Amino acid sequence: MALTGIQIYKFLPKTNCKECGYPTCLAFAMKLAASQVELAACPYVDDEAKQALEAASKPPIRLVTVGAGEKTIEVGNETVMFRHEKTFVHRPGLVVRIKDTASADEVAKTVEEVSGYSVDRVGMTFGLDGFAIQNESGDASTFAKCVEMVSSKTDLPLILMATDPASMSAALDKVSGARPAIYAATKDNIDQMVELAKKCGCPLAVLSSDGLGELAELTEKASKAGVEDLILDPGVRDFGDSLVTLTHIRRLALAKRFEPLGYPIITFPGEGASSLDEEAVLAAQHVAKYGSIIVIDRFSPALALPLITLRLNIYTDPQKPIQMKPGIYQVGEPKETSPLCVTTNFSLTYFSIAGELESAGWPSWLLVCDTEGLSVLTAWSAGKFDADKIAKTVKEENAAEKISHRNVILPGGVAVLRGELEEELPDWKIMVGPREAMAVGGYLKENWKS
Amino acid sequence: MAEVEIPIEKWTGKVKEVKLGGGGRKEVIVGGETTLPFLTFEGSIPNPPKIAIEVHDREPSGWASPLLSAWGDAVKDPAAWAKKAVEFGADIIALRLASAHPEGGDTGPNEAKAAVDKVLSAVDLPLIVLGPGVAEKDNEVLTAASEAAKGQRVALGNCEEKNYRTIGAVCISDGQIAIAKTPLDINLCKQLNIMLSDLGVNPDSILMDPDTGALGYGIEYGYSINERLRLAALGGDAMTALPIINHVGYETWRQKEARASEGVPAAWGDLEERSVIWEEVTASSVINAGCDIVVMCHPKAIERVRSTIDKLMGK
Repeated sequence: MALTGIQIYKFLPKTNCKECGYPTCLAFAMKLAASQVELAACPYVDDEAKQALEAASKPPIRLVTVGAGEKTIEVGNETVMFRHEKTFVHRPGLVVRIKDTASADEVAKTVEEVSGYSVDRVGMTFGLDGFAIQNESGDASTFAKCVEMVSSKTDLPLILMATDPASMSAALDKVSGARPAIYAATKDNIDQMVELAKKCGCPLAVLSSDGLGELAELTEKASKAGVEDLILDPGVRDFGDSLVTLTHIRRLALAKRFEPLGYPIITFPGEGASSLDEEAVLAAQHVAKYGSIIVIDRFSPALALPLITLRLNIYTDPQKPIQMKPGIYQVGEPKETSPLCVTTNFSLTYFSIAGELESAGWPSWLLVCDTEGLSVLTAWSAGKFDADKIAKTVKEENAAEKISHRNVILPGGVAVLRGELEEELPDWKIMVGPREAMAVGGYLKENWKS
Repeated sequence: MAEVEIPIEKWTGKVKEVKLGGGGRKEVIVGGETTLPFLTFEGSIPNPPKIAIEVHDREPSGWASPLLSAWGDAVKDPAAWAKKAVEFGADIIALRLASAHPEGGDTGPNEAKAAVDKVLSAVDLPLIVLGPGVAEKDNEVLTAASEAAKGQRVALGNCEEKNYRTIGAVCISDGQIAIAKTPLDINLCKQLNIMLSDLGVNPDSILMDPDTGALGYGIEYGYSINERLRLAALGGDAMTALPIINHVGYETWRQKEARASEGVPAAWGDLEERSVIWEEVTASSVINAGCDIVVMCHPKAIERVRSTIDKLMGK
């Protein structure tokens, strides 16, 4: 549990020297408690206090990074059981498993498909995060060859899956600088796997199917030997067991500050499912309920899109709704004579108006203004959606270049902005649309002459 | 081997049990949980989540193609549709009086009563009747629907702030259940439950519809409101301790991801697969957050969600 300002204050010099930039030690302590300042700003805090404070501020679930390049998987550091309590922080990595028994052509095809997979949502681009390569053949050189081949075709992070330390070592030699995750240390091979992880500076997954007690013993062993970047696999695979066990682990880490289980969790929904859609549903459960790296077996665009979408939704900060990137968006395939409608960058507002225009059969231009994620009326009353902002967006986004007319349609809820906007945009005709997105089809039918 | 002591939550609250059906009709009980969804190691779940299948009072126009091909000609007649819904594993039939919408037929109480009669005589499952979602019109048609189903404990929605007095009164006089609908706001949800109780509706005759969006369209709001309501309920707040209903099918199947096969990126994949997964993921997410009755549309998605619930219950 994070310390309160008062608890932190006890460790400070209490001299109110102001050198940290705050008027009193107590004020500084409050800022520390809110994580708005670093302890290093106090020149007088002694080592003993430093250690105590650092230990207390250590995150209950360790942040672990897989990969070393531009693209990495960064997971952990979660601080709540439920997203509404604060927010979930690090979106789980979605990786696709490849077995070294597959033909070179199959492997190449999967790597190409998965690496190249990308979808646009709310004006941003999302993709998949990596590969897990499994030593299904049991042969060290086959495994190493497969790993080498995958890494030559992608810059996404890798997870190397082998139980035999010799296979693991052979594969690690091929990708030593890329910081792949090693999967997995078990009670039978933990000493060798820890050695390998130490040698390459790689994160290490620890697997035990014999209960959380044994899993904790293994992680303690690894951490005592100097490997701190650990990933947990409690060995549960089906719906019920994984929900319960992952809940137990998250609770132990957060409520009990039980350090041996304070690490991100890797899951394998493909092993608990017998079809593509069942794997999607189980993976979706892991997205919401405490999975950090989710290994997919049945890759398909129809599975990737919903999982990427759910991950974006669940990991949205509840205090900061999903926002569209401001700009001009196309609904259907608009022409230069098509309507230009103004809206806010709250994603649900955008989706409603875009959806209605689409279903009413009106290809259009949608000008999305930056209202900090607020809806039309909320943004207007907060002063974040006014004539000034709209006029600026029209100009900055060069709306005039997209269209041959000079008509811009305001949401009916902010009809009051019309006069002011006419002054700001003297060459434009300002039209006032309906209050509700649902009525936009009827409105355009009545009022739009292209 | 070392044992790890698992932290256990000691909940004090219990979700009210609500019984649908009866009066010669099959009974279905929802609610009664004393723990979070599927965490039976620290409480009990006497009634796992139930699946209601949506049936319309007339052939739907503009329905998504995967739904039309799955249901075939059954959608032309509410009785045939309801019978097929029984075959597809419905626990409850959710009859949507779509034709009563002022902009979509504007049919009245007589048509509503006829549709309810048809479905009631075709199947013996409990019934949910949904008006067009326009408060005044809902009053008109739900009152008629209630009369046609007297004594059979059907659930009537929407019962919202604008019309709760009328629907509440109908529920009291005909022994029905109110589906209290609020727009994605936990406080408004609780407030409506209080107003209904003050009116005299017994809490064992209220279901909460706190609203949700589909996957990609605001599901995070529905998800968190379900979780917050359930946590409040287990914490002992009686006015949130009621079963939750979510209209997953309705929300899913109007989105592009469930409808469009052309003019969408290749990265969206096959429509048939994608659309079914879209409904499955939306449904399983709200269920994991506390939903007690999930209203759905596609037979394949219904089968998957049924098996998921069974597996989560350890069956």
